[in-house]
Amino acid sequence: MYTFSNSLRTFAFILMAVGILGIGYSFFTAPTSLEEVEQILAAEHHGGHGEAGAHEAAGAEHHEAEAAHAEHADVPAVVEHSAAEAEGTHEGHDSVNAVATHAEHDTVATSHDAASPTGDAQEAGHDEHSELAHAADKAAIDAVHDAHKGHDAHAEHDAHKEHAEHVFKQLQNKPWAALYVAAIFFMLISLGVLAFYAIQNVAQAGWSPVLFRVMEGITSYLLPGSIVVFVLLVLGVLQFHHLFIWMDPAVVAEDHLIKAKSGYLNGTFTLIRAVIFFGGWILYRQYSRKQSLAQDEATDNLAYKKSFKAAAGFLAFFIVTESIMSWDWIMSVDPHWYSTLFGWYVFASFFVSGITTIALVTLYLKSKGYLEYVNTSHIHDLAKFMFGISVFWTYLWFSQFMLMWYADMPEEVVYFKMRIDNYNLPFFGMVVMNFVFPILILVNTDFKRLSWIVVMAGIVILCGHYVDFFNMIMPATVGDQWFIGAGEIGSVLFFFGLFIFVVFTALTKVPLLAKRNPLIEESKHFHY
Amino acid sequence: MSSHYEAPIRKPLIIGDKNYHDVTVDVARPVEGRANKHWWIAFTIALIAFLWGVACVSYTVGTGIGTWGSNKTVGWAWDITNFVWWVGIGHAGTLISAVLLLFRQKWRMAINRSAEAMTIFSVIQAAMFPVFHMGRPWLAYWVMPIPNQFGSLWVNFNSPLLWDVFAISTYLSVSLVFWWTGLLPDFAMLRDRAVTPFTKRVYSIVSFGWSGRAKDWQRFEEVSLVLAGLATPLVLSVHTIVSFDFATSVIPGWHTTILPPYFVAGAIFSGFAMVNTLLIIMRKVSNLEAYITVQHIELMNIVIMITGSIVGTAYITELFIAWYSGVEYEQYAFINRATGPYWWAYLLMMTCNVVSPQVMWFKKIRTSIMVSFIISIVVNIGMWFERFVIIVTSLHRDYLPSSWTMFQPTFVDAGFFIGTIGFFFVLFLLYSRSFPVIAQAEVKSIMKTSSETYKKLRDNGHDNHSHSEHNHH
Repeated sequence: MYTFSNSLRTFAFILMAVGILGIGYSFFTAPTSLEEVEQILAAEHHGGHGEAGAHEAAGAEHHEAEAAHAEHADVPAVVEHSAAEAEGTHEGHDSVNAVATHAEHDTVATSHDAASPTGDAQEAGHDEHSELAHAADKAAIDAVHDAHKGHDAHAEHDAHKEHAEHVFKQLQNKPWAALYVAAIFFMLISLGVLAFYAIQNVAQAGWSPVLFRVMEGITSYLLPGSIVVFVLLVLGVLQFHHLFIWMDPAVVAEDHLIKAKSGYLNGTFTLIRAVIFFGGWILYRQYSRKQSLAQDEATDNLAYKKSFKAAAGFLAFFIVTESIMSWDWIMSVDPHWYSTLFGWYVFASFFVSGITTIALVTLYLKSKGYLEYVNTSHIHDLAKFMFGISVFWTYLWFSQFMLMWYADMPEEVVYFKMRIDNYNLPFFGMVVMNFVFPILILVNTDFKRLSWIVVMAGIVILCGHYVDFFNMIMPATVGDQWFIGAGEIGSVLFFFGLFIFVVFTALTKVPLLAKRNPLIEESKHFHY
Repeated sequence: MSSHYEAPIRKPLIIGDKNYHDVTVDVARPVEGRANKHWWIAFTIALIAFLWGVACVSYTVGTGIGTWGSNKTVGWAWDITNFVWWVGIGHAGTLISAVLLLFRQKWRMAINRSAEAMTIFSVIQAAMFPVFHMGRPWLAYWVMPIPNQFGSLWVNFNSPLLWDVFAISTYLSVSLVFWWTGLLPDFAMLRDRAVTPFTKRVYSIVSFGWSGRAKDWQRFEEVSLVLAGLATPLVLSVHTIVSFDFATSVIPGWHTTILPPYFVAGAIFSGFAMVNTLLIIMRKVSNLEAYITVQHIELMNIVIMITGSIVGTAYITELFIAWYSGVEYEQYAFINRATGPYWWAYLLMMTCNVVSPQVMWFKKIRTSIMVSFIISIVVNIGMWFERFVIIVTSLHRDYLPSSWTMFQPTFVDAGFFIGTIGFFFVLFLLYSRSFPVIAQAEVKSIMKTSSETYKKLRDNGHDNHSHSEHNHH
């Protein structure tokens, strides 16, 4: 039996305590009024809005503004009207609208047609900020090739006020978004492990049964993790935070495009779906755990067979619910944007994180003298999965990115435009962390058997996939106001502490070796 | 590698009372014997179909691409449908030989040789379409970045059609090398058994002097593993690049990001179905039922079921996102698929690809050879229609209603397709008479863990729960 060491328990509590402090600090320091935002903006912009072009990054205005100018110079012929419209949309809440300002002068021309849905998207922004649009309209007539004149529109008072309100919303979202990214990341790690566990069961893998109890321990976090995410979703529906702009009836009323989706994107239906998804996953987790323990004491293989069937059923349920979950809880923060690949892309991200977590927990337990039968071959296999699924993640990342970049259709490419402009380092940095680093280090067979290499690669992979989720959520919720500070780090520490506490408590409950699994002997003698 | 211990719940992969020599004899028999009447009938039919295809292609090249049913709106139809279909079929071979090797699936041993052969023969069929769908196929060499006298006029590397050239040619060459490497010990076996000087000569040339020393085997295994590691991303990237032909475009119904993994899943789906079709016949006519067992067929059916479900999920995703996108062109593309003039093709595709593999959830059905055979054909029909639906229904009605039109294939379209089917079977029938269709060396390597004979010995001679004697690692 495993005993939860006091030092690890204390460590978990410290993480949670520090995390709560960080989270509390970020909520406490979030601006509570427009005046505060005005002061922040004044401090950041050195008094000049016209110069910074309002929407370019708060941190590095100069560079960004230059980039925007370059964009303008590249545009050979700009239709005045669409230029004005694009200006009009710049206050949009999600990352897709936020970037529409300067990027799309050439392409929005095609979408100006009122019948076109893209036109609708622009129009939605237009309606919402009609005041600004009027101002911009006047300015844009002669501001076609001249970015500066376009920016003049922002100098007008009402535009400035809109901008301040927009930043205010983003800064208010910031602590919530930090909490949400960390909560969903840790919950999905546990779900990724559950999927891996089910796959190992249905595949009748001969190497992994000695790790089943480790996996079951990790999936014990699914229940508390789901509750946290669910509560955050409920708080969103109740308007405590504004991470999902489609949960705000005022926004939906003005946004044609979101209104058209409200049959699907509405609070009640989303919460019902969440209950079904969480319910199904947790049900399988509890059931398979029960059968796994029952098999230990049984005299036949009935529990094993039940668990096999349950795993097959779960995987069928999972492939459908996982996709929908990722649309609901992640993709919909950008309700104007869509990608068919998104669900599988999210899956690859948390699946590789889950496998990495299995490897790290296994190595920890092994180093403490538990897990008698786990040898370097088991670690080698886990490391191969870390390697392979990292490549798979990159494949999906690239497929999604390249196809949108290549076709360059305005309604979808803005998603990446926004990220490359404002999240350049996290966006490309995660490709280095999630692909370049693991592929270089884990390609070597001997390396995959060395604990410290696997731990090092694992930490980089986990950090990289946190950044991946950060890149998915933050641009739409906090826009260019992002920063990895007390709230972000505090949230990660808090959930990390909670995760350790829950997982290692669960590991103490039952023996770490499944006794009568029909494949356990193969697994105990596994060598590769 | 893995230990000699195997869990009792695993069913034998070699059934009947077989020893090493029996494997050799069983695998060599079709090669060493003479072809029977049925083989000649099948070969003649395939050859006639092939020659008819040659005639149709000659007619196309001589007269012009206008002999096909494609028109100004629908520029791609049967040509690219067949191309994608054949490439897709080819993918299962690499999946079976490479991916299943990486996942240490012992059941692949009996089917990998034929699956790889199928890969190579179907990629050859596929490769003909990109050449002969060109208006000026005699200038096809211009797609290669070769220094030339036009001021070194180069190709544009931005086109997925160029990536196709690299993908397909790399795929064919790597598959060929992978296949041939695996054949060396088996050709050596045939060489050593040959009785006529002619066959001895032939098999000693193709076996490259394989003598089966420990060092050779060690490197052989390492090469197989490295090639499997390279072939896996290759197989994924090849069909991904094929999917880019559509997904990089701006055509509603084509431009969708799920296409790369969904095409790959579809390729595995149709490829495994084709392997099933061929092996169900082969195990019968070549008397290989002891090696290609019902369990092999069941496992292939499970792969078909899984990939069929993935494809089904992708269909639903596309439908949902089309609605969710709010883009009316996208929405119309799918309404047109379901209710437009090609609704029957869409219905066929949905029935064959989404509904038919779901019957495999029932053990009775997936272990029935007859049903498996029927479903495997149904799946390939469905997958042909999938490509047809994606290509034609997205093209014949898109942005401008004034460009809407229909597509009607001509006999030349059909003739070319029939010709490739004929050519495929010509190659496959010749292969099955001259190549060892089962990798005997590999099958022998699982004899002691997974054959019925040894499993029985183990059950009777030893206690299953203290298998100390079996653990030599």
